[in-house]
Amino acid sequence: MTHLLRMIVEPGFFANQPVRVALLAGGVVALVSGVVGMFTVLRGQAFAGHALADLGATGGSGAFLIGVNPLWGFVGIGVAAAGVMEAIGIRRPRGRDVATGIVLGAGLGLAALFLYWDATVTNTTGATLSVLFGSMFVISGSTVPFIAALSALALAVVVLLYRPLLLSSVSTDMATVRGVAVRATGTAYLLAMAVAVSLAALTIGAILSTALLIGPAATALRLTSRTGLAVLWSGLIGVAATWLGILLAWDSFYWPPVRHGWPVSFFVVTLVFLFYLIAQLPAVGRIGRARARQARTGG
Amino acid sequence: MFSGFMLNTWTVATMVAVVAGVVGFFIVLRGSSFVADAVPQGAFAGAAGASLIGVSTLLGLAVFALIGALGIGWLSRRSRQDVATALALVVMLGLGALFLSLSTEYAPEIYSLLFGEVLGVSTNEVAPVAALGAVCVAAIIVMYRPLMLSSVAPELAEARGVSSHRMEMCFLVVVALATSMSLPVVGALLIFSLMVGPPAAARSFTSKPLLAMALSVVIALMTVWVAIAASYTSNWPVGFFVGALGAVSYGTGRGWAAWRRTRAVPAAARPLAA
Repeated sequence: MTHLLRMIVEPGFFANQPVRVALLAGGVVALVSGVVGMFTVLRGQAFAGHALADLGATGGSGAFLIGVNPLWGFVGIGVAAAGVMEAIGIRRPRGRDVATGIVLGAGLGLAALFLYWDATVTNTTGATLSVLFGSMFVISGSTVPFIAALSALALAVVVLLYRPLLLSSVSTDMATVRGVAVRATGTAYLLAMAVAVSLAALTIGAILSTALLIGPAATALRLTSRTGLAVLWSGLIGVAATWLGILLAWDSFYWPPVRHGWPVSFFVVTLVFLFYLIAQLPAVGRIGRARARQARTGG
Repeated sequence: MFSGFMLNTWTVATMVAVVAGVVGFFIVLRGSSFVADAVPQGAFAGAAGASLIGVSTLLGLAVFALIGALGIGWLSRRSRQDVATALALVVMLGLGALFLSLSTEYAPEIYSLLFGEVLGVSTNEVAPVAALGAVCVAAIIVMYRPLMLSSVAPELAEARGVSSHRMEMCFLVVVALATSMSLPVVGALLIFSLMVGPPAAARSFTSKPLLAMALSVVIALMTVWVAIAASYTSNWPVGFFVGALGAVSYGTGRGWAAWRRTRAVPAAARPLAA
């Protein structure tokens, strides 16, 4: 037993500094994404969430270009893009899709330009990939306090706005009748989501952060219909997927075909998707049983 | 700018713009921009996989675009479409990250797949792109009436015997094909702005569907041509110009619509809700 455990969790795992930073920062980001993502799924803003993560590439490459900490690039562009989306109509369900798309398209165009400048000016083509895919093992320890502080801020906004936000996500009309400032609540939430998504983009990569925002929340909503419980589940699933992913990436160092470790993003995403599929099973089983019963009774 | 090696570029880019304008019209009409964003990005993972096992990039793109589109269709039977799209997208990108780390592909190659490389279109790429483009446009022409009905009024379409799920699947396949032909030219991240910007702008100029579709093709053509010319002279990535022009044309369309509204309804007579 001990032998098996030692095979899975190698002795060096917890002693390794990058791994400790990754576990800490990844855990914090996964928790916040899970909680914030709950409302992203409820409000049907998955596209906006994904777009904000992609736009992190613009911020990251821009920050790289002018030589500031990428953290500020990611967060700055996220908040700015969320503001523009809000201004050109993310509230109306019909216009939301196009508004998000236009902002995303323009932002990615800028990213292309920034990356081109990065590559020609500083001659580091590797920057493209590190901005887009990120890696948890290269977070510098000094940014962890910032990540924690900004995460706490995003989390605080969602916790403070919990009831009005829930009400306006489920029924705008009801929220208006109850005196909730629907638009202000929506804007505050969108900004909180922008911060959470940018942080996730920084830690597990601009593109793959969508996984932690949508996956755990969608899974949790399958497991329970009580929102409070679902928020808890969502956070837990996110953290579990991240930590397991880091562990597997660490182990994969000895796996074929190349002995340099598989990317941690791959493991996290696969785990998130597996959890989602497993959570689907009870529902599928229920439908199957219902069908069988129907067939038996001849209905 | 119009020398021998650029001719392929102009030909292929023109075909891409026509297809993007036609297919994009339905993307905007159906509100499925997220799908138009997810399928190309997922297909990008396929290109990485193709280079890993050493088959043609176009094949890898097409296979992954189709898997992605069908995956979105399959997942969205059980959950909301945006959640299904997000999940299908991240799974494919996760695979993409794996393929990239396993292969030793040189970074600029990947950069050009993400952001497009119009100046390097070779002659033997023209024929497959033309074939795929023709299939896309033909499919849209064949499906035009049922697709239009199920996009505008799904319930009415169901009543008339047009299954909206089957229509959705067919449309997703068309998006996948359009993606695989356009991706090597404008790039995974920017094919999307070509499919959303021009049609969205066209829709604010007119509400007649055929006219809007034609206008969308025209705007897409202008966008692509100007972008290539600008990219050729400035040496900046073509994706930047496509993205910027998409946003500019959409902004112009919105401005035009707002201006027409204020002219149509005198300020005093405007209802409060407007």
